[in-house]
Amino acid sequence: MSRAVEETNRRMLRARDAMDRAYAEPLDVPALAAIAHVSEAHFIRTFRATFGETPHRYLQRRRVERAMFLLRATDRSVTDICLDVGFNSLGTFSRSFQQIVGEGPSVYRERGPIKPVPTCFAMAWTRPSSFGEDRARNIV
Amino acid sequence: MFNALLISSIYVLDQDKALDFYVGKLGLEVNTDQDLGFMRWLTVNVPGDSHQVLLEKPGAPALDPKTTEQVRELVSKGATGGHLFFTTTDCRKTYNELRARGVEFTEEPTERPYGIDCGLRDPFGNHIRFSQPIQVPTMAASASKANR
Repeated sequence: MSRAVEETNRRMLRARDAMDRAYAEPLDVPALAAIAHVSEAHFIRTFRATFGETPHRYLQRRRVERAMFLLRATDRSVTDICLDVGFNSLGTFSRSFQQIVGEGPSVYRERGPIKPVPTCFAMAWTRPSSFGEDRARNIV
Repeated sequence: MFNALLISSIYVLDQDKALDFYVGKLGLEVNTDQDLGFMRWLTVNVPGDSHQVLLEKPGAPALDPKTTEQVRELVSKGATGGHLFFTTTDCRKTYNELRARGVEFTEEPTERPYGIDCGLRDPFGNHIRFSQPIQVPTMAASASKANR
């Protein structure tokens, strides 16, 4: 029993690593389920049971996190950054960003540069959780 | 006060597999592999470096059965924080060599402000990185400079 759980966890971790690595690509559930070697329906359910959120939600917040980083670390335009991180519509990007972060991309950019930290830790610690969403909801 | 960090440890789920991976694939060397009766004391180090990594298998009697299960599950989720950071003189070359040996990478060599680095997983879920640092003063060096 325990071995099976470990094997499943490891597969889900492999799919999550793929989202952290290839967030800019059009990753969909079939592609991720294939990486994890499980069926699509099983994948969404198991991923959520393992990491506490659906793969879609994880990926969306990874993309927003990378956008947050690029907004503050580069001078690329908001549109370019939107495409860089894997969104294909500026409308969806701006709406998701506003909803998750609590402010729009241009306003967020005014916070200025991020202090240097190894990127893997920045990615692990600055990916927005539900807390930001709750805050945004409270503001609205 | 202290003068070195001698041993640090990470959890592995199988010490034979850990040896295959850390020594057979990553090229570390066995420092100590000793059956103490109650545990197998297994440490590895980078050739030429005195820092040892203890490859510890979680289990009884140090941990009760339920805790053991929990720790093993967390390791396989990549959630125990067992990070190891290595350095290399050529990140891309090392990456290619390790890929050819079937190592599971989480990130390709990428240029960062601090150098070129990349990430991988051990067979159990632990997170490992190695980088080719650019020549900047290390934190320790700048700290000792500041103290002068």
